[in-house]
Amino acid sequence: MGSHHTEPEPWVVHRVRALESLLIEKGLLSTELVDKVVQTYEKDVGPMNGARVVARAWVDPAYKRRLLDDGTAAIAELGFTGRGGGDKMVVHENTPAIHNMVVCTLCSCYPWIVLGLPPVWYKAPAYRSRAVLEPRKVLAEFGVELPKDTEIRVWDSSAEIRYMVLPQRPEGTEGLSEAELAALVTRDAMIGVALVQAPAAAR
Amino acid sequence: MNGVHDLGGMHGFGRIEREPNEPVFHADWEKPVLVMNLIGMINHIFNIDEFRHGVERMEQARYLDTSYYEHWLASVERLFVEKGVIGRDELDARTRHFEKNPDAPLPDRKDPELLARVMDVLVRKGMAEKSESRPAPRFKPGDPVVTRNWQPAGHTRLPGYARGHRGRIHAIHGVFILPDAHAHGRGRCPEPLYSVGFESGELWGDTAEPKERVYIDLWESYLHPAEA
Repeated sequence: MGSHHTEPEPWVVHRVRALESLLIEKGLLSTELVDKVVQTYEKDVGPMNGARVVARAWVDPAYKRRLLDDGTAAIAELGFTGRGGGDKMVVHENTPAIHNMVVCTLCSCYPWIVLGLPPVWYKAPAYRSRAVLEPRKVLAEFGVELPKDTEIRVWDSSAEIRYMVLPQRPEGTEGLSEAELAALVTRDAMIGVALVQAPAAAR
Repeated sequence: MNGVHDLGGMHGFGRIEREPNEPVFHADWEKPVLVMNLIGMINHIFNIDEFRHGVERMEQARYLDTSYYEHWLASVERLFVEKGVIGRDELDARTRHFEKNPDAPLPDRKDPELLARVMDVLVRKGMAEKSESRPAPRFKPGDPVVTRNWQPAGHTRLPGYARGHRGRIHAIHGVFILPDAHAHGRGRCPEPLYSVGFESGELWGDTAEPKERVYIDLWESYLHPAEA
């Protein structure tokens, strides 16, 4: 925070500081706690966690079966537990026949333990209103064109179940290590609004 | 409640605006708002259903005109006041203090026990609230169901677009706290929760895209049995 204010800060900034200071005085909050939580979601908990889950499932068929049977337990095997897995993690596998995508039309439910905090578009009205109504048009905006005979399944996270998509492994990646595969996996592919692309060298 | 938060199937919100290399936070004030919500729930000052309903109770036009963390702020502020943790007057007075003294520091307080407790929930234990009773599910996978035409003024997780429609039980998730009760201090009222699949044509009629199904997680009391 700079010490000079050339223009007035918006009311919301003062309101938050007021709440924050009162909660600190009442013993419910500390500034070090805010710093630590922020650091957790900026550095430790994010889509790289989900990418490790996906890469493991691609190289280990037994792990993949466990992941699809009991997402919570299989994700915990890699050390990912805590707030934001809802009460239960469910993973759906994309195949040539079925494409899964995830939305929360009522608020912004999102699998924090594997993807971190959601991007703004996921929480905004355009995606939340349209994903259930016109998923093919939504996917096209994300640059994904699926064959007409691919079934689309949209998972509206209306309860404490959190969903993650296991994307299809791209062709030409047979020689890649688990870590190299994880590096290909994007947040959007695990929401189900993108496909994982093979690295240029493999294409 | 039939509010603007219930967005599924609405028209007119335009294209999906994505931000390349989006930061985790867009402003410093968002960070304490995230943490205030977590400590409110971890300390059982309010529960997640009260929190979600607090967002829904925002002035409806303002909901659409404000950001995600402004929604969270509105709910957190309202709940800390309603639950008697913070007085409305002291909050307003403190806000005026920071308006006049924008560089005034926050109180300095170290609390290793609080830090350890919150981080334990965040990255290890989670905060799932388990329900004690295990009522047996009335439906099984494959059963046809019809959703209720359920229009409560309070909180519900049955989206408007899925009311009064035929679907099929896809899976049984287990027994979960009923948000409709839990958001209003009426206890946990645990019920079986199902994944229910709906054909797009059932939800959207002739305008539906082909070969699409929507799956929604619905509590048993949202569902009636249907003829096969």
